[in-house]
Amino acid sequence: MEVMSFLPQVEVVSFLLLFPFLAAAALLLLRTDLVRNIFIVASAILIAAASIFLLASGYGSGVVYYVAGAEPTTQMMFYAELLIALGIIYLGLRYKKMPVVALAAVQTLMAIYLEANFAHGLSAENNLFTDQLSIIMALIIGVIGSLICVYAIGYMRDFHHHNKDVKDHRNIFFFVMFLFLSAMFGLVFSNNLLWLYFFWEITTVCSFVLIGYTRTHEAVNNAFLALAMNLLGGIAFMGAILYLASSGGGIIELDRLLASGKAVALLPAVLISFAGLTKAAQMPFSSWLVGAMVAPTPVSALLHSSTMVKAGVYVIIRLAPLLAGSLSGYMISLVGAFTFLLASGIAISQSNAKKVLAYSTIANLGLVVACAGVGTYEAVWAAILLVIFHAISKSLMFLCVGTVEHRISSRDIEDMGGLILRMPKLTVMMLIGMSGMFLAPFGMLISKWATLRAFIDASPLLSPLLIGIIAYGGAVTVFFWTKWMGRLIEVTHLRKSIEDKISLPEWSALYILAALTVLVCLLFPVVSSTLVEPFIEANYVLPLLDGQVNILGQSNLTIMLLMLVLIMLMPFSMLYYGRERKHISAYMCGRPTTADMKFSGSLGITRELSLRNYYMQNYFGEARLLRAGTILSVGVMALMIWGVSFGVILI
Amino acid sequence: MNPLILAFIYLAAAPIVGGLIVGLDRKISARMQRRVGPPILQPFYDVLKLFEKEKVVVSRTQNFYVLTYLVFMMFTGALFFSGGDILLVVFALTLSHVFLALAAYSANSPYSYVGAERELIQLMAAEPMIIITAVGMFVVSKLVLPNGSFFVSDLATLSVPVIYYLPAMFLGFVYILTIKLRKSPFDISTSHHAHQELVKGVTTEFSGSTLGRIEIAHWYEVVLMLGFTYLFFGFDPVLGLVAVAFVYLLEVFVDNNFSRVKWPLALQTSWLLAAVLGVLNLAALYFVAGGGV
Repeated sequence: MEVMSFLPQVEVVSFLLLFPFLAAAALLLLRTDLVRNIFIVASAILIAAASIFLLASGYGSGVVYYVAGAEPTTQMMFYAELLIALGIIYLGLRYKKMPVVALAAVQTLMAIYLEANFAHGLSAENNLFTDQLSIIMALIIGVIGSLICVYAIGYMRDFHHHNKDVKDHRNIFFFVMFLFLSAMFGLVFSNNLLWLYFFWEITTVCSFVLIGYTRTHEAVNNAFLALAMNLLGGIAFMGAILYLASSGGGIIELDRLLASGKAVALLPAVLISFAGLTKAAQMPFSSWLVGAMVAPTPVSALLHSSTMVKAGVYVIIRLAPLLAGSLSGYMISLVGAFTFLLASGIAISQSNAKKVLAYSTIANLGLVVACAGVGTYEAVWAAILLVIFHAISKSLMFLCVGTVEHRISSRDIEDMGGLILRMPKLTVMMLIGMSGMFLAPFGMLISKWATLRAFIDASPLLSPLLIGIIAYGGAVTVFFWTKWMGRLIEVTHLRKSIEDKISLPEWSALYILAALTVLVCLLFPVVSSTLVEPFIEANYVLPLLDGQVNILGQSNLTIMLLMLVLIMLMPFSMLYYGRERKHISAYMCGRPTTADMKFSGSLGITRELSLRNYYMQNYFGEARLLRAGTILSVGVMALMIWGVSFGVILI
Repeated sequence: MNPLILAFIYLAAAPIVGGLIVGLDRKISARMQRRVGPPILQPFYDVLKLFEKEKVVVSRTQNFYVLTYLVFMMFTGALFFSGGDILLVVFALTLSHVFLALAAYSANSPYSYVGAERELIQLMAAEPMIIITAVGMFVVSKLVLPNGSFFVSDLATLSVPVIYYLPAMFLGFVYILTIKLRKSPFDISTSHHAHQELVKGVTTEFSGSTLGRIEIAHWYEVVLMLGFTYLFFGFDPVLGLVAVAFVYLLEVFVDNNFSRVKWPLALQTSWLLAAVLGVLNLAALYFVAGGGV
């Protein structure tokens, strides 16, 4: 708990907060391609290096608080918020989006009310802090976020080459991307809730601008949808701050909020968690993230892996100790669990690759929320693992799909048949990314396993339901990923490589992320014991009986390592199978068939074979499951509000 | 016993035991149909013959996937019989089946493609019940072991009768066992019976030694799934073996008396039963165990 100002951490933290912002400002002015590209690469390397340096210098020192920034900073943030709100209201009026105008107006009035009545009492002793969780988040933002920015260099050039009708605003694009990183760093380092709120709103606005980048009708609509839902969350957040200011004894720091106990803090914790649910695109707010895929792919990658939605789950994980054992916490957990189950189901029925990824993100965030809502130390351990593994695999998947889309001019999974022959390197990366999402012994499976273990000890009432949900959801996940994998590895007659035109920045981001996906599986025990477990130990009282956080057990880790080695060795068997095999064509009921799978149908007409995956629209249709999700999650949220208004604490 | 030795015993003995079980199965099936039936060793003759066939492929990579399927099936079984973590066993089993589906996908042939989709549907239908069963056994183990255990070595020797605590779960498990053993009416991805389908589903494009490996993997899986069934009766080894034999005979009986159903029915019923028999049994167990859990 002591302040250790002799460490260079404070400089690194300020660098991570300010540098992306300054770089963003510079990018707004840079309009020459070459200069801009060099500048982006250099900034990205600096940001990534700084976040790694933060890990190296800070992982052992636990929680460190920084006074950082005097009163005018908070004041300036308030004025910036007002300006942004005015901007939103102006745009809302211009595009006739009245809900957005109303939400922004309400939020602004609340902010002004707060400023007018309570501003004096609300000053934080320490505005910033770092601990293991914020270091983990900083690494995700700093390394993965920067890689996505680098990837975007090549992607956006191609993007404007392919979409001539979209006006080239790349300077604004990169400005917002880096601003986003800056806001995310601010979000994970803020101890002052007013600061946290400010950065929260900045991420909302950044995603609004990025989703609407192409300015098409659809993009504008989806940008406003995202804005409206996140403003709703912002109002809840503001409500929490107002509550704390008026009747919470003027608590404005995260650490004091966490220490103040459930009686005071449960209501604001639930309000902020509600804001987290909107930002993490949980049902019934999932539609904004699905709509966000109209944006260029690097934006999707950024929103889905290292920023935005991760901000949503981050605050819920932070508040997990307060939620633990309360009815409201369990209800938040159920919202997440239902979202996990239904979003996984919807992913089966989608053939649009980006939509599959979007629903898979929503599902996995649901799992994180479910863990955080349970709030036991095992569950929070699982939640953090989910965040780490998901960030890496999902960014890899988005970037791969983005590149494929530019090469084959389609993002439909059905058009990716036989991609292994046309884009071998990229397809192998996609297969790694997908394995990372659902297969043993890769990342997400490890964390799902941890989640299952955590659910077993959640609560006698809730456990059977949560276990059932993860059992079904996991099975569904296997189905939709494997059928996509199957599509990629078909051996078709199309064999011409179309991989040559991928730019160096794209390749380098892809290679690093693919390597990271495998590497993190290997290093997972180290990541857990040096970062995640110390965080858990600092925030939870562990039972004496089995005071170990890593519940998977050492012997299992060894076995998983063995599996990983085995999987990496198996492809060598292809060397053996390459020889002395006679090729025949596939069984076509004896019809005369050519090598490219054209067969003679009736009346001498030559037909081409085409194969399609199962999508099971009747069972897993989007509209149907979304309706179910909305009903369930709204019902559960109603219970949550009831629970918090009567202060129901179960244990 | 040393886990490594147990693993090696499984790796060596399971194909023999599995092949014999399949041979007996064919004999009993034949008798149910008033045929004489093949000799009990017929499955071994069949597989040995497969290995002597000419090596033909539709795509070269298919053999890689099939080999990986077999290797991970062996790995899964070895993990189970050496007393490993039952959840990891379930996950490794899934991994292995994913490779079989991928093998069929890679052939780019209409029949194996549909077979692969159906293999995945079977996987999706059976998995919830298996995971819930594993968790159920863990919760039962908490009654006697302070922290509970997921390790098969502990679960197989529990002094409490697991079946008394998980009767409904057992029924649900036997139901999906039909899927796992590729028995009618749920042999929807590929069938051992000629009357069920004209083309061999997921295995359509495999022949010779590759098909032989799939059959051997099936033998390994039969032994693994019967081992899983035994865990319900670990408190009394004799009863356990009798129960496992009875369950298998029941599967043979069902196999011979039902014709294949469409996949939606297989998926819907297995999911429904996993919810009703699995989740409710689990909830009841939590209720009974009360504060102990």
